[in-house]
Amino acid sequence: MTGSTAGSLPADSGSSTGSGAGKDRPTAADAVADAHRREWAFVLAATARVAGDLDLAEECVQDAYVAALQAWSQQGVPRNPGAWLTTTARRRAIDLLRRDTTLRRKLPLLVEPGPPDDRAGADGPAWADGPAGAEEGSGVIPDDRLRLIFTCCHPALAREAQVALTLRLVCGLSTAEIAQAFLVSEPTMAARVTRAKKKISGARIAYRVPEAAQLPDRLDAVLTVVHLLYTTGHTAPDGGRLVRDDLVDRALGLARMLLLLMPDEPEVRGLLALLLLTDARRATRCAPDGRLLLLEDQDRAQWDRPAIDEGTALVRDALRSGRPGRFALQAAIAALHAQAPTYRDTDWRQILGLYDLLGRTWTSPVVALNRAVALAMADGPEAGLAAIGDLERDGRLTGYRYLPAAKADLLRRLGRAQEAAQAYRCALELTANQPERDFLTRRLAETESGR
Amino acid sequence: MAEYLILINEDESSYATASPDVLQQVMEAHNRFAKQVEETGGSVVSGRALQPTSTATSIRDDVVTDGPFAETKEALGGFYLVEARDLDHALEIGKLCPARFGGVEVRPIMVFDGM
Repeated sequence: MTGSTAGSLPADSGSSTGSGAGKDRPTAADAVADAHRREWAFVLAATARVAGDLDLAEECVQDAYVAALQAWSQQGVPRNPGAWLTTTARRRAIDLLRRDTTLRRKLPLLVEPGPPDDRAGADGPAWADGPAGAEEGSGVIPDDRLRLIFTCCHPALAREAQVALTLRLVCGLSTAEIAQAFLVSEPTMAARVTRAKKKISGARIAYRVPEAAQLPDRLDAVLTVVHLLYTTGHTAPDGGRLVRDDLVDRALGLARMLLLLMPDEPEVRGLLALLLLTDARRATRCAPDGRLLLLEDQDRAQWDRPAIDEGTALVRDALRSGRPGRFALQAAIAALHAQAPTYRDTDWRQILGLYDLLGRTWTSPVVALNRAVALAMADGPEAGLAAIGDLERDGRLTGYRYLPAAKADLLRRLGRAQEAAQAYRCALELTANQPERDFLTRRLAETESGR
Repeated sequence: MAEYLILINEDESSYATASPDVLQQVMEAHNRFAKQVEETGGSVVSGRALQPTSTATSIRDDVVTDGPFAETKEALGGFYLVEARDLDHALEIGKLCPARFGGVEVRPIMVFDGM
């Protein structure tokens, strides 16, 4: 979607030429792979509506992709691959439901009540008044991706299930890929996905976009899931690499999709801005030898300027809407960092003010910790240290590795080497990511040798 | 419409020590509940309050013992069987359900289809 991987280039040229007879015509396999990446959510969301069940919809969509491989290599790639796949998958679902009345009766329902004027028999499931999808033949397939993502991120599902379902159903990742991303075994992840799907059908979680009254809370859950995906990729919880590009790209793709579908929601704008502004630094977060580089040591000339410009413009829009939400405020902080010529010459005073605003809309101890770091830059390390002391007594951040790491850094700046070393050791005990461990180990050694 | 059971789990000792005024308020809240549910488009099929767990008797493998299965601070004290359109609607009803000394759990009723 963002075209951020080199691998999407041939497919990019393919989607514009489609049935053209250019020399670089994409193979059917390329086109199918590209459609999988771009259209999966659209196709599945539209199919789920007529299938009335997520498992059945997934099966039919998989079948449609398999059918596409053969049909497209014989007849060429259709002009609108998403529509082709959707029509094929929906026909298959309708066919299965018509043919197999037992399946139809036994199927757990995917409830789609819709507004009362939406259709006759509004209380029934989508296909209760006949499974022949209402839009069949009209040529226009409604974009149901929002229904799909709000269903995946329903608050009645555990956060980890929301994340897994979003990756599986909205991004089209396999269970194996999701398991790998979150460092759990494949059977564990499969069980998690199955359990969540069973709850959706068993408890009748509705397949719909929430009403206006519930939208802010429900949207926040969706944005939290996307942000969590990003942060998991931004600093991998474990293993040798600092960043997991796959997850970061998925999160950016989801944020872009949400903005496309909900262009008037300032927090969606804020989230995409935050991800872009943070991600603009991706290439500079590690030295060529893999060493972790902190914000103050990064080569600012290498930051991704187009991403910063795009993110900054989005933040401006998001802030203009009045009472900014937590994502817009975090993005505003990231924008100030992105604009600063050096770490020292950053507008710490304004960043501190933004953290104060953020702390009022979102009472998170992690926000308080970040504020303490900004406070140390604005008013000196002692002030920051005092704020961190308050947080230590508060206790909610016990086990959070960035607390002792931030404390160690301030103590180091104050020349309190022994205490700093102790805090570095404490941070090391809590850190599993190898580049982060290497960084802390280096700092510890420097502190102990009195440098 | 589907059926959901709303299980009311509350701290029994709070009821034991509650003033008559408080108990009166609780009764009134429960009396209002059915009407409030109807205003949301749902309905209460049935509902009951239970005697405290001190009156419970457990049976396992034909062995009869005094007391509930598990001693917990909050215990099942009553339930409502309600009809709702979907989970969101059932949760809306669950939020209306009085449970000042605890909370409620919303469980969908299993439907055995043609079996």
